Amino acid sequence: MSDAMSRKTNATPTKTGAASSRTSATFRIWRSADDGGGFREYPVSLVPGMVVLDAVHQIQATQAPDLAVRWNCKAGKCGSCSAEINGSPKLMCMTRLSTLPMDEPVTVEPMRAFPLIKDLVTDVSSNFRVKKTIAPFRPRPADAPDGTWRMRQADVDRVQEFRKCIECFLCQDVCHVLREHKMHDQFIGPRFLTYAAALEMHPLDSVDRVAALKDQHGIGYCNITRCCTKVCPEHITITENAIIPLKERVVDQFYDPVKKLLRVFRT
Amino acid sequence: MDFETHTYDVLVIGAGGAGLRAAIEASAAGVRVGLICKSLLGKAHTVMAEGGVAAALANVDDRDSWKVHFADTMRGGQYVNNWRMAELHAKESPDRVRELEAWGAVFDRTADGRILQRNFGGHRYPRLAHVGDRTGLELIRTLQDHGVHRGIDVHMEFTVVRLLTTGGRATGVVGYERERGRFKVFSASAVVLATGGAGRAYKITSNSWEGTGDGHSLAYHASAELMDMEFIQFHPTGMIWPPSVQGILVTEGVRGEGGILLNSEGRRFMFDSIPDNYRAQTADNEEEGWRYVQGDKNARRPPELLTRDHVARCIMNEVKAGRGSPRGGVFLDIAWIKKRLPNAEEHIRRKLPSMYHQFKELADIDITKEPMEIGPTTHYIMGGVRVDGDTQMSSVPGLFAAGECAAGINGANRLGGNSLSDLLVFGKRAGEYAAQFARQNKPAAIDQIDVKAAVDDAVKPFDNAQSGGENPYAVQTALQDKMQSLVGIVRTESEMQRALAELTSLKARAAKAAVTGHREYNPGWHTALDLRHLLTVSEAITRSAIERKESRGGHFREDFPDRVAEFGTFNIVTNKAPGGSMEVRRLPNPAMPPELKQIVEDQQK
Repeated sequence: MSDAMSRKTNATPTKTGAASSRTSATFRIWRSADDGGGFREYPVSLVPGMVVLDAVHQIQATQAPDLAVRWNCKAGKCGSCSAEINGSPKLMCMTRLSTLPMDEPVTVEPMRAFPLIKDLVTDVSSNFRVKKTIAPFRPRPADAPDGTWRMRQADVDRVQEFRKCIECFLCQDVCHVLREHKMHDQFIGPRFLTYAAALEMHPLDSVDRVAALKDQHGIGYCNITRCCTKVCPEHITITENAIIPLKERVVDQFYDPVKKLLRVFRT
Repeated sequence: MDFETHTYDVLVIGAGGAGLRAAIEASAAGVRVGLICKSLLGKAHTVMAEGGVAAALANVDDRDSWKVHFADTMRGGQYVNNWRMAELHAKESPDRVRELEAWGAVFDRTADGRILQRNFGGHRYPRLAHVGDRTGLELIRTLQDHGVHRGIDVHMEFTVVRLLTTGGRATGVVGYERERGRFKVFSASAVVLATGGAGRAYKITSNSWEGTGDGHSLAYHASAELMDMEFIQFHPTGMIWPPSVQGILVTEGVRGEGGILLNSEGRRFMFDSIPDNYRAQTADNEEEGWRYVQGDKNARRPPELLTRDHVARCIMNEVKAGRGSPRGGVFLDIAWIKKRLPNAEEHIRRKLPSMYHQFKELADIDITKEPMEIGPTTHYIMGGVRVDGDTQMSSVPGLFAAGECAAGINGANRLGGNSLSDLLVFGKRAGEYAAQFARQNKPAAIDQIDVKAAVDDAVKPFDNAQSGGENPYAVQTALQDKMQSLVGIVRTESEMQRALAELTSLKARAAKAAVTGHREYNPGWHTALDLRHLLTVSEAITRSAIERKESRGGHFREDFPDRVAEFGTFNIVTNKAPGGSMEVRRLPNPAMPPELKQIVEDQQK
């Protein structure tokens, strides 16, 4: 057996020690009620390696069976269990208790940028409506007689980064244009700018979405504070790799003085 | 009582890969399509699929063809597959994959710019089109983004409680929407079940909360037949530590990229037991195995890439013999490739990004430096609704099934990568034939008495609260414990008989399941209702497993450890008898046509 193996099995318990030295913790969870609701505290018994979603499930199974929470994969792949944990937008399934202070209550509340349905569940349906407004993919004619295309890996790398998105909508949750200014009608938000970037930079795509990004999707409202990039659980560099290049395309097409002049002549 | 009613030509239940593909196809045929998702759109279990989609594109090895894929699938399923489905699947999956690219999917590329394919267990040649280790996400997102522009009505967070039939024909469904807890009725000329699996019947599983066998159970109670329910796939590599992540999948892609299995003595034990029918294709030394994963066409595959049923049993044997890892599994090591590759760490992060991420964040393990500790996890059910191979229609007219909730393509064991291709091939077929059925048959009237009965039954858990009642979560946990310990990877007659007795008492407890609160987004209530499906499916699994007195594929009997030729001539079918009890029978499988037989023989070399 290799050294690495024995080291690993010895090392793990101490690494998770922060949580396992305690046997219980308190969770402060947002509960809806007819009067508007508030935080309620629940004791939770700790298990090694526990994540916030485990604690929520334990509370459901033993204390509050009607506690509403949305989740599916419990492995950071589906983007269902988004919430605000101690004020930070995170996936509950990927937030280990060992990363949180256990000597004070852990606060879990729903995403604040979306209308509340119940407890930790919010109405994220606006996201599905917004996506429909973005022109869908349309490929260029096939490259080969058998109807297939040729793309180099180097040319699809950046699109693949955007396509990692699991649609957890945490970026939409923290974007101040949506969260504070509620400009949902004028601004599609970081998730959908990333989606548009994935289409725009797709080597096969033949649709031009730049005018729509400027006029209907409100790309100008983003003032690159990078809040979205910081919370992305898939570590997509939303601001630098998706939004800024799209903004550059808008500038190129509509605000470049030479091109502007040419447009005047053409019309 | 009047309920909100929606009417469609084709109603699809389930919005994973199979459901979305069916809805897209039906919609393309020009009929009105409704699509029901138990969760939000794009969150279905397909999103979890990692390694890839199997299709004989022959982009990486031009010796591949549908014939080899067909023979691999039959061999992997130990010849109790529906050979017609295996044939259609092998022939049509390349087109289904290419079609995804035309819809915007971005697969990893070969050097000459085509779709890259990787090695996987039981596939003779590199066959899995993939996107790192997040292929399922790519597949579901592509179908979702394509589908939403096709005029399909999507009903999210809606759970079906009963499938309605009139005069023996499927007519629609009753269910509730999660947000408000309101009941709705869907009337349709044809219904497609695409509800996925039933892993939640077990304690250790890679499946999400949704995998409660709804489609299996809805079909069964509507008089359709279930087939092959004894065949459960225990995926050899699930996470085992820490406890909170137990069961989460570790992709077979780790082994496809060169990962090896080691016991506590550091021995690569998979070389010790290579089955005879795979011996000719399997490397007998480490050097050859490594050359294979590096793409040497003259090398044979390493034994870690044998079929999942076999690898899972070998792991169990190591653990039983006292050579397991500290937490009761074995070691899966990809970090070792550093000895062979100069840029191994970067290579691992690039080819297995979500595995790297998953272990780093959930287990404090850096897989580029240390081995993983893994053990089998309940992953997939080969059994499901018995369907016609060409049309995917069940024995109930107007009722179709596709994907994991349908039986046939996989036989006794599914090859990795054959699930995503199954979803596409048979999702499309189900949509196509459901649309055709809908055009040829006017919708039949729904019986309002059935609707009322379904609703009354569904709200019982609230009435039970007045008389104390059972905690639905506790009943579910008890069921999972029993199925895990009594009808798990290693089975015996006496334990399974005990399981039947336990299921009877769990059914009585489930009938008393009580919930508090109101109907709005109430997970306790949802758990109580899902329990009924889980109990039906668990009984079908157990009864079928008792009937199959041999070991084959995912079904291993300690009391009958060998494969018996006679049992290869039939499938086991369960259905609801007129009195309401579960009937089990052996259904002879039809003879394979000579040309397919020839392919199987040719590929045995």
